[in-house]
Amino acid sequence: MKSLNSHMRKCSLVLSLIVLAMTTYAKTWIVRPAGPLQSLQEAIDNAMPGDTLLVERGVYRQPTIIVNKPLYIKGIGYPVLDGQKKYEIMVIKSSRVVVEGFAIQHSGYSGYNDIAAIRILNSRHVIIRNNKLDDTFFGIYSQHAVSCTISNNTLHSNAVNEITSANGIHCWKSDSMQILNNTITGHRDGIYFEFVTNSLIKNNISTGNVRYGLHFMFSNDDTYMANQFKNNGAGVAVMFSKGVTMLQNLFSENWGGAAYGILLKEISDSRIERNRFVRNTTGIYMEGTNRIHIAQNLFDNNGWALKVQASCNDNTITQNNFQGNSFDVATNGTLVLNTFNNNYWDKYEGYDLNHDGVGDVPYRPVSLYAMIAERNPVTMMLFRSFITGLLDKAEKTIPGFIPENLKDDQPRMKAFKNLSL
Amino acid sequence: MKKIIKYVLLDLLRNRIVIAYTLFLAVISMSVFNLEDNPSKGILSLLNLVLIIVPLVSIVFSTIYVYNASEFIELLVSQPLRRVNIWLSIFTGLAASLCVAFLVGCGVPVLIYAPSDVGIMMTAMGLLITIIFVAIALLASVLTRDKAKGIGVAILLWFYFTLIFDGIVLFLLFQFMDYPMEKPMIVFSCLNPIDLARILILLKLDISALMGATSAIFRDFFGYQWGIVATLLIMTTWAGMPLWWSVRKFNRKDL
Repeated sequence: MKSLNSHMRKCSLVLSLIVLAMTTYAKTWIVRPAGPLQSLQEAIDNAMPGDTLLVERGVYRQPTIIVNKPLYIKGIGYPVLDGQKKYEIMVIKSSRVVVEGFAIQHSGYSGYNDIAAIRILNSRHVIIRNNKLDDTFFGIYSQHAVSCTISNNTLHSNAVNEITSANGIHCWKSDSMQILNNTITGHRDGIYFEFVTNSLIKNNISTGNVRYGLHFMFSNDDTYMANQFKNNGAGVAVMFSKGVTMLQNLFSENWGGAAYGILLKEISDSRIERNRFVRNTTGIYMEGTNRIHIAQNLFDNNGWALKVQASCNDNTITQNNFQGNSFDVATNGTLVLNTFNNNYWDKYEGYDLNHDGVGDVPYRPVSLYAMIAERNPVTMMLFRSFITGLLDKAEKTIPGFIPENLKDDQPRMKAFKNLSL
Repeated sequence: MKKIIKYVLLDLLRNRIVIAYTLFLAVISMSVFNLEDNPSKGILSLLNLVLIIVPLVSIVFSTIYVYNASEFIELLVSQPLRRVNIWLSIFTGLAASLCVAFLVGCGVPVLIYAPSDVGIMMTAMGLLITIIFVAIALLASVLTRDKAKGIGVAILLWFYFTLIFDGIVLFLLFQFMDYPMEKPMIVFSCLNPIDLARILILLKLDISALMGATSAIFRDFFGYQWGIVATLLIMTTWAGMPLWWSVRKFNRKDL
């Protein structure tokens, strides 16, 4: 018993010695403009994997910084990494790199290369956090990255049009990414996902981007929740994906001829729940979507709350609040394969004799004029004219043209409360 | 001429119907703006009032007034006065009094609650529509001798401009669905002052985004400085043409 105890003591001594040895090996390098170590690249080249680089306040102008070993690189007081409008600023080619606390500005611009402020290349477990990016072409660009975290960054650019600008956070062929708490403004697309799987986009604010707040292509099994997409050129586009979960996001002020809260194209088996769609030209535009569950959302003050094209199949729209929209639902065909049930519609004029909170007559959310305008957009010339109002009233009384099956059989008499909480 | 205008104007401003019309407009506009917290929504609610009630009252009231004043007109004609002047004075008096009624009843609340581009546009369009429909009323009343028939024609014209014309446009847009109808559409809108006014007011509102490409085309055409000038020109023509025609008829009319 005693010998075993002393054996353990020896073991722990050896272990603590090893730990001590490791900590002494993980050296800290300090980079400061006054020297002796002035260049971040030089520090990286000298450092051993696992070292810490502290970069002090100052302006660092240099060609592309290449990080090719696992390092913890931290800026103190937001040192400025300046790309002088010529270079890509930082390329991370190694796994387990942490970059935090930098002000990164003036990346190069190119019409044929994707120049980024920070590029993550074929790496795993990289963390980019608490950085401020300004006037960059692409902001943070991840390419073949796995399990990386991009959090608490502020990305701002001065995009004027789609051609001369690029995306804020751009992920391509990546997996298990975490995009958290970032603020993105003035880029082409705020967040861009292409071939990205099993990732989480949470608590980001994407506003005032030229094209989409979030652009999502061929990316399966991702979740985005509690984000704000406001006042972007065309809202949010989610295309050619399956298994997407969208929760508690705010889509607002996406106002313009071709702006959407969400544009869904070829999406299947996804969930859109507890989101708010406020003041968008079109809340949700659906084309070729299958088996989507749209529940407990708020559609407030949109031009069209939902545009459901006839190519959509087996979607469920339930327990949503529709209020103050110019048109609740528009569709372009008479075939309806989607289910509308148990929603609150502020335009519902029915009655509830048994007081169970559910209206006794079905509500038809498509107005005749919405149908007409969908089929022949030029007729929007008659928008808000006397005749269209009259046609809608006539059609409501004796339905003849609007799709027979597009109706909510159990419309709620009162709005659902606290939907987005 | 001044004397006749003054007489007609004073007579009309004391008229019970004109006062009632003013009050009606005022009550509706005030209540709309007090109910809606968002002034641009208030404008949207008032849009129908301006586009339906204002033309109706202008055209029917003016027609009835001219018929009721037939003895007064005969008296004036017997005086050494040019017929053109008599007719134009009556027109000016009618148009001015109804414009005052609109301005007080609707224009002032709009400019108080929504003193923006939209508000100004709305007021301007209301005034123009008033003038246009007074001119059309004069034409209707000079064309027919019988009072009942004249009022019938006036109501029919109002019906045509608010409803039938749009119905025809809708029909044509569907008949020619396969063709690019954007440019003809601009022509259509110019053929009806009520449509033109509606589109111009909507273009000033955010809601015009709903009109999609249609609104872009209208904005291209009407959005800029010369577009405003063109619109004013078209609206003036809409007032001028019926007036000119009615003057011609009145000159030759056997009273």
